[in-house]
Amino acid sequence: MQCENCQQNDATIHLTEIVDGVRTEMHICEKCAQEQGIVVKTQIPINELLSGLLASQSTDEDLLGSSEKKLSCPHCGFTLEQYRKEGVLGCPYDYEVFEESLLPLIKKAHDSKTTHCGKIPSKIPTDTKKHIELLNLRKQLEIAVQNEDYETAAKLRDQIAQME
Amino acid sequence: MKLTDISNDINEWFSGSGPLADVVISSRIRLARNLAGYKFLSRCSNIEKLEILKKIKDCLMSLDLGDKVFYISVDKVPALDKHFLVERHLISRHLAFGKGPRGAVIAQKEFFTAMINEEDHLRLQVLKGGMQLSQCVKQISHIDDMIEEKLDYAFSSRYGYLTACPTNLGTGIRVSVMLHLPALKITSQIEKFLTASKDMNLAVRGLFGEGTEAAGDFYQLSNQATLGISEKEVVSQFENTIVPQIVEYETKARKHLLSKNSDLLDDKISRATALLKNAHLISSQEALFLLSHLRLGINMRKYMGASTPAIESLCKIRGFDSQNNQNVELSIATINRLFMLTLPAHLQINYGKPLDPTHRDALRAQIIRSALNS
Repeated sequence: MQCENCQQNDATIHLTEIVDGVRTEMHICEKCAQEQGIVVKTQIPINELLSGLLASQSTDEDLLGSSEKKLSCPHCGFTLEQYRKEGVLGCPYDYEVFEESLLPLIKKAHDSKTTHCGKIPSKIPTDTKKHIELLNLRKQLEIAVQNEDYETAAKLRDQIAQME
Repeated sequence: MKLTDISNDINEWFSGSGPLADVVISSRIRLARNLAGYKFLSRCSNIEKLEILKKIKDCLMSLDLGDKVFYISVDKVPALDKHFLVERHLISRHLAFGKGPRGAVIAQKEFFTAMINEEDHLRLQVLKGGMQLSQCVKQISHIDDMIEEKLDYAFSSRYGYLTACPTNLGTGIRVSVMLHLPALKITSQIEKFLTASKDMNLAVRGLFGEGTEAAGDFYQLSNQATLGISEKEVVSQFENTIVPQIVEYETKARKHLLSKNSDLLDDKISRATALLKNAHLISSQEALFLLSHLRLGINMRKYMGASTPAIESLCKIRGFDSQNNQNVELSIATINRLFMLTLPAHLQINYGKPLDPTHRDALRAQIIRSALNS
């Protein structure tokens, strides 16, 4: 088969696109594909697949079917729907808030393992409460700045500085 | 520190030295870390990102990292500089072309980079030539300890270091080796390597990391699981099982070529030499591909004592290294120098201004020609 584009080389790339139910096919050579910015990946590492697709792929049962479906994280406002779109989480506490939904994904990514093994910080940050409070103060600060309430913002800033 | 200070030469880890350097080009370890008390970056405002950036930058600049370091405000530098840093493996594409305040602290000898506000608040990386994963992990761990004394990381006793993407959770460690596997490719065994890697839950990428395809027979192999397996275990798997096995396969394939199919080997090396010596336009893709065969020839001579007509005539081209033209090891350094200095951004930075692709191809060909014909 000849390349539809240059009519010279053999068509080695066959692209089928379905947009709004309309199917179009393209048969082009590598050179034309490159010129058109079509990248052919021969092998996609599973990690890249996971970080991007894992979230969207497991929408139906794992993610959106769970009781955490409508939940939003009290610390960062993050939802599972957002995770599905972006593939990254909103804050460290999402791991607790959405534990039920994330656990199957974590298992898939890490050979079914679910518990850390390895380095532990020399000074273990036991003071989780403090970190949650800091996170919340920063959230309030952001809102205050957005509302141009600089008096509150200044107070919050002092509070954060004191805690740190 | 200006980029032109380093753009005229290759970095130390790319000089062709180190254990198993005929197959293992470099070893790299990176750690993903986030500060406690902050959201992950996707939910951070620019003000928060600036705060994180300043905190981490100030901390890093106050540490003794074993070398002079310089800082680059990645969000403020021209696109060409970003491409240059990516080509040199100093920063990732994600950091280069991401959004918001972000930066990198880089050791002048280029063995260490800290990327701030990449996918996680902090990504540390240590790079060394050849098979040196143990040394990499020792160094990066030491740097990580020093940072940990000054900053609180987001950590949970169950999940370990907490990362924006669950795929990095736990140790946050990514162990990678850059491999040169031309003989496996020539003898059509590379698919076996790819399948075996997949079975062992390892990722194979191209020369420039995530999202890139293998070019010029270079493959970057890295671990995927980071939870429930310690840093030590991952490194030991690579050092004691994975890498020795691949090196053995590649060496076997090289021996096989030499004893059973030396015409094929010589054909590849001679064609590559002839093209590189005579081409007037050459793409970076083609240059990588051809230089790879020169590299194979020189390494087979050095490590296996191979002597075929093509390797003999290849080894006669020596004049190109003005400093020490008798040293075969330097020849690998010279090939590596051609690899790196003819990459698109390197070419343009050293030329002093942007060039369109055709002019780049011409300049690239000219640099290679003059190095191989002098």
